[in-house]
Amino acid sequence: MVHAFLIHTLRAPKAEEGLCRVLYSCFFGAENSPDDPRPRGPERDRLLRKEQILATARQVESMWQLQQQACGRPGMDLQSQSSDEPVPLQEAPCGAFRLAAGDPFQEPRTVVWLAVLSLGFTLVLDAHENLLLAEGTLRLLARLLLDHLRLLVPGANFLLRADRIEGILTRFLPHGQLLFLNDQFVQGLEKEFSAAWPR
Amino acid sequence: MFTAAAESLLRQAREIQAEELKKFCSRVCQLLQKEDLGPDALDALRRLFLIVSATKYNRRLEKTCVDLLQTTLCSPSCPEPLQLLCAAVLREMSPSDSLSLSWEHVQNTRQLGLLASVLLAQGDQKLVRSVGQRVLKVLESRQPEGPSLRHLLPVMSKVASLAPDTLHEDQTSALNKRLVDWLRYASVQQGVAHSSGGFFSTPRARQPGPVTEVDGAVATDFFTVLSTGQHFTEDQWLNVQAFSMLRAWLLHSGPGGPRTPAADDRSELEGSTLSVLSAASTASHLLPPQERLREKAFEYCQRLIEQSNRRALRKADSDLQKACLVEAVLVLDVLCRQDPSFLYRTLSCLRALHARLCGDPACVRALLPIARFFLTHGEAAAVGAEAVYQHLFTRLPSDHFHSPMLAFEFIQFCRDSLPLFGRNLGILRMSFPNLFKFLAWNSPPLTSEFVALLPVLLDAGTAVETLHLLLDLPCLTAALDLHLRSSQAASERPLWDVSLRTPGCLEALRDPQFQGLFQHLLRAKASGTPERLAPLHQLLQPLASCARVAQCAEAVPTLLQAFFSAVTQFADGALASQLALLLLERSDSLYQVPGYEARVHRVLSAQFLALCKLHPSLVVERAKELLEFVGSAGGLRGSGRVLTSVVWAIGEYLSVSWDRRCTVEQINKFFEALEALLFEVTQLRPSVTLPKCPPQVITALMTTLTKLASRSQDLIPRVSLFLSKMRTLAQSTAASSVHSEEDAGAICTRATELLNLLKMPSVAQFVLTPSGEVSEPRYHRDTNTALPLALRTVSRLVEREAGLLPG
Repeated sequence: MVHAFLIHTLRAPKAEEGLCRVLYSCFFGAENSPDDPRPRGPERDRLLRKEQILATARQVESMWQLQQQACGRPGMDLQSQSSDEPVPLQEAPCGAFRLAAGDPFQEPRTVVWLAVLSLGFTLVLDAHENLLLAEGTLRLLARLLLDHLRLLVPGANFLLRADRIEGILTRFLPHGQLLFLNDQFVQGLEKEFSAAWPR
Repeated sequence: MFTAAAESLLRQAREIQAEELKKFCSRVCQLLQKEDLGPDALDALRRLFLIVSATKYNRRLEKTCVDLLQTTLCSPSCPEPLQLLCAAVLREMSPSDSLSLSWEHVQNTRQLGLLASVLLAQGDQKLVRSVGQRVLKVLESRQPEGPSLRHLLPVMSKVASLAPDTLHEDQTSALNKRLVDWLRYASVQQGVAHSSGGFFSTPRARQPGPVTEVDGAVATDFFTVLSTGQHFTEDQWLNVQAFSMLRAWLLHSGPGGPRTPAADDRSELEGSTLSVLSAASTASHLLPPQERLREKAFEYCQRLIEQSNRRALRKADSDLQKACLVEAVLVLDVLCRQDPSFLYRTLSCLRALHARLCGDPACVRALLPIARFFLTHGEAAAVGAEAVYQHLFTRLPSDHFHSPMLAFEFIQFCRDSLPLFGRNLGILRMSFPNLFKFLAWNSPPLTSEFVALLPVLLDAGTAVETLHLLLDLPCLTAALDLHLRSSQAASERPLWDVSLRTPGCLEALRDPQFQGLFQHLLRAKASGTPERLAPLHQLLQPLASCARVAQCAEAVPTLLQAFFSAVTQFADGALASQLALLLLERSDSLYQVPGYEARVHRVLSAQFLALCKLHPSLVVERAKELLEFVGSAGGLRGSGRVLTSVVWAIGEYLSVSWDRRCTVEQINKFFEALEALLFEVTQLRPSVTLPKCPPQVITALMTTLTKLASRSQDLIPRVSLFLSKMRTLAQSTAASSVHSEEDAGAICTRATELLNLLKMPSVAQFVLTPSGEVSEPRYHRDTNTALPLALRTVSRLVEREAGLLPG
């Protein structure tokens, strides 16, 4: 099952200014820690969750930067993609790594990430998940989000269109459940979504 | 794209003040209270979501606002986007004390699902359980035109993973029954299109046909996730969801709860070989619900395996087939662990599957769960699965080391399956050169995994070869890059570093002189005989500036630390000795990546001392090699760290108390060698061959010479003379051109301290060659033997003496 999904920025390797920003994040259920003796207020829990997400986003960013450098593409021209070309998602860089228990999530987790131009899409999964399915789901989500939120059109601001993101997630990743959707099912769900959110 | 406008929007959302937020909340309330929730309300909620989610600190929303959000969420007539946003805002604010959702009357299953998502985010086990109970009640209702259940099944799965004890046994059985229905008896006819005409749709609309397979053929058996059609019925949706949650559900509701340890299973399986061999499957309708679910799950997996053999018409379906294969094998693994009677049927099926997949490079990731299955169950069913492991460890890494996802999954497989390897651990250990290819190519994500894996991979037989390969890891990265350049087809997307061109290296690859070395570096199995790869280091020099090589080089020191902490657990004297010499030999034979040598030397120097501490006699045993090392100028490369360690070790351990075989001649020989070295390095005349000597080397040499003199006391006059010369030298103006003031001061101080000690030879011996008891606390607490006291006394005596003498 998926524990969290996030969309965040990716800065070019060796970029000095700017910060890694989490643009959207969603938790599916909460981690339990009945053994923690310290009194925990709800504010502290929320702060912890946000920090966990940010820590994960930063790690993904550095993994992506290292991968880009290793492939010999350090100074990628991120603005070169025009809005008409379909984004080659099949070749988008992706990777996975493990997070040990306590660092930053309580349980050991696996992180799967996909980078599309300067945006990172990341799934935080339980430790032993079907990674082929997770990767496929992530590519699907990225494709849907790019299409329906028109992320590549400059000026289109998806920060204020969270309802669409939520709409996509409720259908394609309900409560963090990875679904085995064949192409026809995907099309069916997409039609449903487009009906409720006309472009 | 993340533009400056978006950045400023985020900042605005973060910086909005409490007053402004209050005003905004009342506006939101106003809009939500209207009859007709139009685009203004949507826009306001979008902004509210951004405000709440943009900051990690809490945002206090007015109670009326929060209440209104909850009411809107539960109201039946609210459009979906608004409901989603209300749920999203409430979830963002979780965990929160001010929730008071009353959801008893909510009928719409979609809304129920949204409410559940808010409640599950609170992190309260009681709430999780009550969500589970409520959802279960709806799931158990058997109305044919009832609410759409597909919004609720994922909730059930989530609840089961968060709070496994939510359901009672009879509730689990009831749900098992329904899961069986959905998995096995979903409709095989396609669904009807939802026509927007509704009331006026023509009754003679074309009847939908049967569902099809992914290759277009008509479906031959029951509906699964790999069955397609134009439209889908409700139970077909539930089929998809039921399979998606099947594995987790089986694990949570199986015997012993989540993840029964493999060890227990094996002993059970071994005892039940008779039942394993019986191929008859019991008539399934007689089985209790859990067993029935397992039986149907088994049939489902078998069908998926058959369906994944078909040639899918669409690429997305082809990818799904592979994911289904993996899941099917994983579910079969769980089933066999829970009920060994499935084993017989599964083994034959999986062996056939493995044979089929071996020849298909696109399905390579599916081989891992199959291998894991054989590791878990192969022994119990008396099956020799060596062929599976051989293929896995020899072919896979060599062909697919460059795929980051496979690399990660492969190493995960190794780590997670460690307790299952048993007799087959040897295959894993001997394949370490192949495993290191994954590490060399993908070092950032895999370094921590290998640090955990190394202790198991190492044994006395492979330690030496492993250390050589670890030190050559960046060279392996370069060699793999070159290998890809030479072997990849021109039309494929390049996997190597495209920013670097290396025509010369490719030429040399064809040179037979280097081919043998390349083959050795790129070998798949431990060869037992290390080769000296220095010629390759030179050849691959142009690739040393490659980013991937640099990343690997940064990972090596961490891996070396892990190596040594593992090796020192089991190394005996002979191995420690061998490794120590290896360190010295390799310290000046490393692949020249910028900064690599310095970092590695830091680790090697510390580990040399650790090895000596483990096996102190090695200094005496390997006196000859150590003398050679000290005599050669190679030890002074870099910061001289390794040389400092060697000199220190000689000082510490070259004495009778550590090894009875230490003779006076040996001490004298070392003394002469070290004295000569010290003389050389302190020449103030600049020498072309000798780099500037760091002061640590000088002080270490002086200290060691003094220690040796304290053991063979006729050397004392020589040392004293030398030390006073050193002191004068350090204080002279000529020295200030070579050493900084601080360094010169340190040398001077040390020389003085040592000279003082030597004035009282028996004290010197006591201080510089303490007996083994020095590590006992008693040694330091006892006023007669305490070291600091002795030193202080000596200093005072010597100073007084110096004060009595003129000049």
